[in-house]
Parts: sequence; structure tokens; C-alpha cells
Amino acid sequence: MSMPRDPAGRLSTLQAAFVVARRDFTAILLSRYFIFFLLGPLLPILFAGLAGGVGRQVAEQTAQPEIGIAMQAADVDRMLAAYDRLAPRLGGGLPPMVELKRLAPGESFDAHAVLAARSGNIAAVVTGTPSAPELTATKERLEWWNGSVALVSAMALEKQPTSFPPVRRSVVATSGANQTRGRMTTAQSGQTLLFIVIVFLAGMVLSTLVEEKANKIIEVLAAAIPMEAVFLGKLFAMLAVSLVGVLIWALAIGGLVSFAGVSSSMALGGVDVSNLPTPGVGWPLFLLFGVAYFSMGYLLLGSIFLAIGSMAKTVREVQTLSMPVTMFQVLVFLFCSYALTQTGKPLELAAIVFPLSSPFAMLGRAAIEESVWPHIAALAWQGFCVAVFIKLGSGLFRRRVMQSGPQHRRQRRSLLAIVRGRPAAA
Amino acid sequence: MKIELGESPLSDNVGVQASRPLAIEAHGLVKRFDGTLAVDGVDIAVPEGSIYGILGPNGAGKTTTLRMLLGIIDPDEGTRRILGHERPHDVARLIGYLPEERGLYPSMKAYEAIAFMGALRGVPLKEGRERGRELLENHGLGFAAERQIRQLSKGMAQTVQLLGTLVHKPKLVVFDEPFSGLDALNQGKLEKMIRGLAAEGTTVIFSTHVIAHAERLCEQIAIIAGGKVPFAGRVDVARDRIPAQVRLETHSTDGPWRAALPADARREGDYWLFSLPESGIEPLLRALIEGEAGILSLSIERAGLHDAFVAIAGEAAARALDGEEETAR
Repeated sequence: MSMPRDPAGRLSTLQAAFVVARRDFTAILLSRYFIFFLLGPLLPILFAGLAGGVGRQVAEQTAQPEIGIAMQAADVDRMLAAYDRLAPRLGGGLPPMVELKRLAPGESFDAHAVLAARSGNIAAVVTGTPSAPELTATKERLEWWNGSVALVSAMALEKQPTSFPPVRRSVVATSGANQTRGRMTTAQSGQTLLFIVIVFLAGMVLSTLVEEKANKIIEVLAAAIPMEAVFLGKLFAMLAVSLVGVLIWALAIGGLVSFAGVSSSMALGGVDVSNLPTPGVGWPLFLLFGVAYFSMGYLLLGSIFLAIGSMAKTVREVQTLSMPVTMFQVLVFLFCSYALTQTGKPLELAAIVFPLSSPFAMLGRAAIEESVWPHIAALAWQGFCVAVFIKLGSGLFRRRVMQSGPQHRRQRRSLLAIVRGRPAAA
Repeated sequence: MKIELGESPLSDNVGVQASRPLAIEAHGLVKRFDGTLAVDGVDIAVPEGSIYGILGPNGAGKTTTLRMLLGIIDPDEGTRRILGHERPHDVARLIGYLPEERGLYPSMKAYEAIAFMGALRGVPLKEGRERGRELLENHGLGFAAERQIRQLSKGMAQTVQLLGTLVHKPKLVVFDEPFSGLDALNQGKLEKMIRGLAAEGTTVIFSTHVIAHAERLCEQIAIIAGGKVPFAGRVDVARDRIPAQVRLETHSTDGPWRAALPADARREGDYWLFSLPESGIEPLLRALIEGEAGILSLSIERAGLHDAFVAIAGEAAARALDGEEETAR
């Protein structure tokens, strides 16, 4: 990245990267892609809302498994009365109990036949008497419901207090367990948002390169400026666009809260900030680290995607080549999510050290742990990796992007040869 | 490399070099792709301020040669010197390049596209915008300055790109197949523009597979076929590779004078056709007059560049070239 020694010489890599970035930045900012990018973060919220709503609806409409009671009439009444007294106090702890049959004295009942008929929503049958109940069900349900049936039977026999002492209630905002769980949720949410935005942006930067190739302008660029500058310009233009997007989001939310009198909870789509557990490093640092890890994660993945884009000639080739990387990144994301549960263990360390997972792992850590210095070290490491990735990616980009020629020849070449950057026909 | 121009492969160019400095000087350029020899020892010498054509069929190595001269790709072997510098990048701001595959950003306005291409060559954006409007105005496209590229016709878009190639006032302009895709009217305009550039002292080098353009515009050409340059030099020297043809019409059809005709003389209709003898036309004229042939007409026709191309590059290359010209038309 040297400056030109001769005023007649081509622009330095940085100067040329600025020219490319300025063009890309303006073009993207004024394009529909930017609208998609702005709306991008709404998609997961929308999906979550839809999925939650649908899930709730399904859960509500799906009948719960019930325990049918088949006893003599008086016993059925006693069992149901006992159930009605216990159920409100045990919340969801008791499975629903329903009358299956009032038996006449001496009448027998075939519970196996009822369950084998698979009618209704009966999952188990209680027969016998409250003093000698017999539960018929599958093995798992016998394990689950044995205690519940015994408790209801005991209550039906009035072998425990008939009145319950009142419990005085004292509410606290949170607890240790609550905070840990909340921080975990923050960490997972942060990782998910980071993953979605980074993959989205890396895809966008790839599409701008494909556009460049489709517009056949790449040779004009190659003749005038260093190809590394095209790589850098594109990469950083998209980063700048994304930071503008983040700024717009922040201003929009801030504006709604400050000027329009909208509650912060409403502005954030129903998320009440005051109820969110404070991340380990505190909100200001968490947000700052979020931007830093986003930048690092994007630069790392964007470098890979641009290098891939340089090897492809068509949109189809781009999709074919980028799919494995995207799938790999999904695995990396899942790996980081799992590493959240392994704080301080080798698995988390591996997630922090591996460049592509490091930003996600560290953002998760910022939500959970309070220490700040590991983030400084991690950012330095990621910065080093970014430099290496950009160097390798731009080198590959320079070698590959201007190559054309007989397609059949290149298709025979090994991936290793492509990565080594051996030239193809022009 | 195979150049058959006297003692030195670049003998004709060397002669020019003595009188005019060279804008481009390349020796023994070689480029291989996956083991395939794309360019095999190309030598080119382009005098400053001249119009130089690289003539050859598709796949001959024209684009690869130009890319090597521009530093877009590096040669595997050989040396190049562009505007006095060994590294083309050291003079990038003095070079304008129009690639064969034209490309502009469809959403950019015409004057912005020109300014962007200028910015790539170091022209400040504001100045580039001004020059862009000015160039468009001067070339009859002032009305399209604010239009997006996607709103322009293909010919107009090509003109915009061409102007973008010139916005930084280059000393050397490299056009790769500049006439392809242009209609006759725009081809004429481009020829005029190329002559205008040369008249201002700009060196123009272009590749083409259309012999007529090279013949009309170029002082010098390089004929390239199969990655080799079998000829590089002045167009008239290329033509001279084929002896001039003599067309003779006589009153008498037979007589002792016929013994004076060269061995390759053949009858076509009322005419005798044969190559101009090395001894010149005068001894033959004398023999015809003394032999009372009764000369009705006699003309000496110089060979065209196409004939020269056939003779130099071979029938196969010429057929390929003819096919491409036909397609282009």
C-alpha cells in the first residue's frame, strides 16, 4: 500500500480504494439494497413474533393429554373434587383429570381396551378406589403421573390438611439465577443479530462484485488501479454503509423515544430495556464491543466472500462457491452458541481463538462476563486476523479476478490450484 | 518469434525509432495460461504520436498482448517499456484504456461515469465532472449528461466510455477492438476521433480484426496470429510483401512479345495478369513495344492489406479474420 512516487503513476492502493469505496458507498446508499439492509434487523423480530404467535396458537389448540377416571360414582366425585382443590395450587403440575365412567357396584372396567381404542385425548386411566388406585398408561406417563394420582387420591381420602396456610408474597426484580439466564438470553440474541447482519452484508458485498463483473467494468478498474484497492474499497464501502444503517437505527429509536414520546419499550418493538439484564461489561461497553465485533466479523467473512467472488464468473458460480462458506458459518454460529454454556472451558477458548467464531464468542462473553481486558486482547487478535485475511483475500482476488478464457480448462483445475492462484487463460 | 523483415525482426520499427521516440517498446513477450502458450515472443515498437494497429483474428493473442502492455497481467518472459518506463503502472495516469468488453455502472449518470473513470486516473472528482460535461457537450451528447447509463443507447454508452478513457488527457490511448458493436456512422466518428488524437500528438494503439480500419487509420501494424507476430511495421511495407500486380491489355493476342511476359502471367478475360517483375516495368514495356503487342492498357496495382495479411499470417488466419469481419458487418 505504497504512495505513488511518480505523479504520472497510478493511485496508491489507499487512494484507489477510496475512489472505489466512494462510488460503492454512494451507489449502495441510494439503492434498494440499503432499504433491505435497514429492514434486515426487523426480519428476525418479525419471524420470532410470527413463530411465537403461531406456536402459541398451536399450543392452545392442541388438547392436553388427560387422565380418565373410571371408578364408582362416589369415588369419581371425590377424586374430581380433590383435583379441583389441588389444581389451582399446583399450577401446571397436575395433568387434567376427567370423568371417564361412573361404574356401578361390582362393575369392572377394561382400561387397556380404552387406551387401545385411542379415542379422545385420554393418555391414562385411573381405576380402583381412592384408597387403592390403579393407574394404566405407557411406561413414561406412569413415571410422570404416578405421584400426581397418589396426591389426588390422598386428598380424596382427606388424609392431608383441608386448608392451606396463606403465603405472603414479596416480589424482587431479579435474582442470581434470573440474571444469569437473562444475560445468556442477551448473549444469544446478540450473537444471532450479529450473525444475520454479517452474513447479509457479506452476501451484499459479494453481489456488488458480481455486478461489477456483469457490468464488465472490472477490466477498466484493473487497468487503472491496483486490484487490491478494488477489494479494499468494496469491503470498506459496505462496512461504512452498514455503520450508516446502524446510525440510522439508533437515531430513529432515539428520536422516537426523545421527541415522539414513545416509550423505549415500544420503540424497541415491545422489549422493555429496564427489564433487560445488564450485560456483564455494562450496556455502553456491550454496544461498543458489539460494533467492534460486528466490524471484525464482517471484514473476516467479507474477505472470504470477495475472494470467492473473484473466482466466479457468473452469479450461479458465486452461489455454488459461497454456499459451503455460508453453511460453514452457520456451523460456526451454532458452535459459538454452544460455547456460551462452556464459559472458561477449552471449548469456549477454541471459539475465541478461531478467527471466524471469535467475534461471536466474544460478544457472548461480553454479555455474560464482567472482565474487559479479554476483549482488548481478542480485538487485537481479530484485528491481526483481519489484516491476514485481507492480505490473502486481496492477493487471491488480484490473481483471479481478471482471468478469463476457456471455461473447460479451468473447470478441470483443482481447488488447490485455484487457491494457489495459478493463472488461467486470458 | 518469426519476423521476416530483413536482418532485424524489428528492422522497420528500428528505422522509425531512429526518427521518433517510442511510446511502446516490447521485446519477446510470452504469456502462458495453464501451459497453453497464448502469446509467443511478441515484439512491438510503437512510435510516439502514431496510430498503431494490432491486426489478427479472435484468439490470436491481441487482448493478452494489450493487457501485458498495460500491466493488467505480467508477461512470463520478455520486457516492455511504456512511455519510457519499464513498469506500466508508473505511467498509469498517462494511459487511457478502452477494453473490448465495455462496461459502465448502469445507475451512474453519463457525466458521473466519465468523472469516475477520471478519478481512477487521478483526476479530482469535481474537475472530472466538469470535464465530463464538457466532453459530452463537445461530442454532441450534452443532452445526455444527466441521464443514467441504462437510459442511453448502446452507441451513446460506448461513446461515454470512450470519453471516460480520454478524460484525464492521456498521452497513450489503448483501444481493444474499439469498432466492434458500433454502427457505420459511429465507426466513422471514432475513426475521426482517433485521427484527431494522433494529430494532437497522442499515441493510439488499437486492436482489430477488421482490416479496413487498420488500413485506413494506421501508419504501422502488427499482424498477430496464433500468439506470434509474423510482421510488425509500416503498412506499406506489409503491402510490399506481395509484389504489385500488372494488368495488361493488348491488341494482339499472340506473338514473339509473349516471351517477355513473366512466368506467372495468366490470362483472365481480355487481360494478362502477372506480378511486377523485380527488374521493373520498363524492360517489359520495351519488349512489348518492340514485339508489336499493341498495348491497349497497362496498370500496376499494389496489393491490399488483406492480400498482405494472407501472405504473412496464412490462409487459415485470413479465413478466420474474414469470418469475423462478416459477423461484425
